[in-house]
Amino acid sequence: MGDMSKTTNTRSSRLIVLAPYAWLVLFFLAPFLIVLKISLSQSTLMQPPYAPLLALDAGWQGLKDFFGALSLDNYAALFTDALYRRSYLKSLEVAAVSTAILLFIGYPVAYALARAPRRWQAILVLLVVLPFWTSFLIRVYAWINILQRDGLLNDALLALHIIDRPTTWLATDSAVYIGIVYSYFPFMVLPLYATLERMDESLLEAAADLGAPPWKTFFLVTVPLSLPGIAAGALLCFIPITGEFVMPDLLGSSATLMIGQTLWTEFFGNRDWPAAAALAVVLLVILAGPILLYQRREARALERR
Amino acid sequence: MAAQPLVTFDRVTKRFGDFTAIDDLTLDIFEREFFALLGPSGCGKTTLLRLLAGFEAPDEGRVLLGGEDLAGVPPYRRPVNMMFQSYALFPHLTVAGNIAFGLKQDRLPKAEIAERVDEMLALVQLGALAQRKPDQLSGGQRQRVALARSLAKRPKVLLLDEPLAALDRKLREETRFELKELQARLATTFVIVTHDQDEAMTVADRIAVMDHGRIAQVGVPAEIYEQPNSRWVAEFVGDVNLIEGRVTTVYPSFVLLERDGLRLRVAATAVVSPGTTAWAALRPEKISIAHEASDSAENGAAGIVTDIGYLGTVSRYKVRLDCGLVVEAAMMNASRRASQTIGVNDRVWLSWTPEAGVLLTR
Ligand SMILES: Nc1ncnc2c1ncn2[C@@H]1O[C@H](COP(=O)(O)OP(=O)(O)OP(=O)(O)O)[C@@H](O)[C@H]1O
Ligand SMILES: [Mg+2]
Repeated sequence: MGDMSKTTNTRSSRLIVLAPYAWLVLFFLAPFLIVLKISLSQSTLMQPPYAPLLALDAGWQGLKDFFGALSLDNYAALFTDALYRRSYLKSLEVAAVSTAILLFIGYPVAYALARAPRRWQAILVLLVVLPFWTSFLIRVYAWINILQRDGLLNDALLALHIIDRPTTWLATDSAVYIGIVYSYFPFMVLPLYATLERMDESLLEAAADLGAPPWKTFFLVTVPLSLPGIAAGALLCFIPITGEFVMPDLLGSSATLMIGQTLWTEFFGNRDWPAAAALAVVLLVILAGPILLYQRREARALERR
Repeated sequence: MAAQPLVTFDRVTKRFGDFTAIDDLTLDIFEREFFALLGPSGCGKTTLLRLLAGFEAPDEGRVLLGGEDLAGVPPYRRPVNMMFQSYALFPHLTVAGNIAFGLKQDRLPKAEIAERVDEMLALVQLGALAQRKPDQLSGGQRQRVALARSLAKRPKVLLLDEPLAALDRKLREETRFELKELQARLATTFVIVTHDQDEAMTVADRIAVMDHGRIAQVGVPAEIYEQPNSRWVAEFVGDVNLIEGRVTTVYPSFVLLERDGLRLRVAATAVVSPGTTAWAALRPEKISIAHEASDSAENGAAGIVTDIGYLGTVSRYKVRLDCGLVVEAAMMNASRRASQTIGVNDRVWLSWTPEAGVLLTR
């Protein structure tokens, strides 16, 4: 009897486990195969702007022609053209530097949140995410306003006598970093807060009791124990920042050409869908490592619970 | 000349908001003593340890270690180590790493740290598990790691906050003796917190019974048990019959107490005057129970057995005396003879000596 309920249990739980896979196949794998196929095609001036198209009515021969016409030319072009290489590298650089800055700013904020009196914590966490309830575009335009020549930032720096004449912020790398750090802030703070908040305070007392001053306790106990949060926050920021489009496009210049913009130009500007598709596939391959790493960590954390 | 105490709490008061957790408490603990803080939950035992370890600061009074005021000395500079109620083992470090943590803070040479870790592992018999992480250990093993870690720095005082609470009964009893042996071998001062009176009695040289942030009584275990200074201590430490009565006559060596026609002779262990109310505290095991009255007994009363509890080594008899009072008597089962078997509803005779009872005035 116990066995029977167990088997039905595992059967229904298997169904539940399958549901997200069905979702993935429908909304991730299928579109990905389409993009992959386009990346192996050639650009044409027709509608749709690529060839070959699969002609099923031509039977076996049509299938053979179709696969015969696919080629890796677009990928070869990616590796020979320095423009593409530069925008990939720029994307990775911006993602790495932004993630480092986010960690540097986010950790103290998350730490302060976790150490705040219990009854304040919910409100403080709410304050961190509150700005993100307004429209993303409005916030980007607000930043353009703040960063322009006679904007709030220059006014403040002038008033504080940190600079003596207005500085150009817009269309610089700094503006892109400011925008990205601003918009990914909660993605860093929230996972860090979650691990720090769960940490057993008696461990900090134990470290002090054993002779470790507070700064040593921080590096010997707090940081190692918050590594899962650091990893989650870093991956949660690094992965999407690599493909970031809006911030470099609206706040940056042609010097901050990230892969998202290059892809956009190929797709909408040059109407070269195959090149754009190849760019997207390579981006996915580059990010596959970090994404898998993130998935593994999450799965392990779930298992432990 | 009295020895200088190692630890002194000098009129210490600690408040949390408007709640007074430690209330004008004064206490001395001496070197090499195994000292127990015994009291009900919430009476301030942990708070007292935390004041000594430096996690809390007294609102009034001073905490002294070796004659020096500890005020302003942070926990990481106090030569005192604590074994936490929850063990607080570092989950990211191995057993050896946990034990070495405190030694590394002292910047000892690597070889010496390794040697000391091995020594500690041997002490708690965990050598084989040195490379395990805390979550791969059983409760009893974790408890040993915590003990080894807090002993590794050879503290002047080791503070143990309910160290055995998480162990099962058998392991707890074994570990009590190990702790006692360890303390004697290391000649360190141990301060143990417990709300288990058996534990305090077994391990401690001296016991302080705490109640609501104050010390109710301090003394060696036998003193606490045999000569409690108040009804509260008598009831908290072991089972007791408290018989309230009026003092009728005071003799040099004993006092006569009267209650509902029952007359008790109690050794004059407290100063009382005739006409006042006092209590006789009688431990159940000091009351003899028999079918016939014995003439030689100086205290005695007849009654009916209402309930018998068989506890293995002893049996407990609940007896309703003719005056209406219910008294508990205990008898070792080994000394019980078949011919004397006492059953429920039997009429019995209870007797005890004047020295069996303690005269209490509060
Ligand atoms: N940080 C704190 N803030 C407020 N009240 C506290 C704090 N720490 C302890 N108390 C209170 O002080 C009293 C004594 O607490 P303490 O932890 O010393 O008790 P204890 O004797 O160790 O009890 P237990 O046997 O349950 O561990 C309790 O009533 C507790 O609620
Ligand atoms: Mg406690």
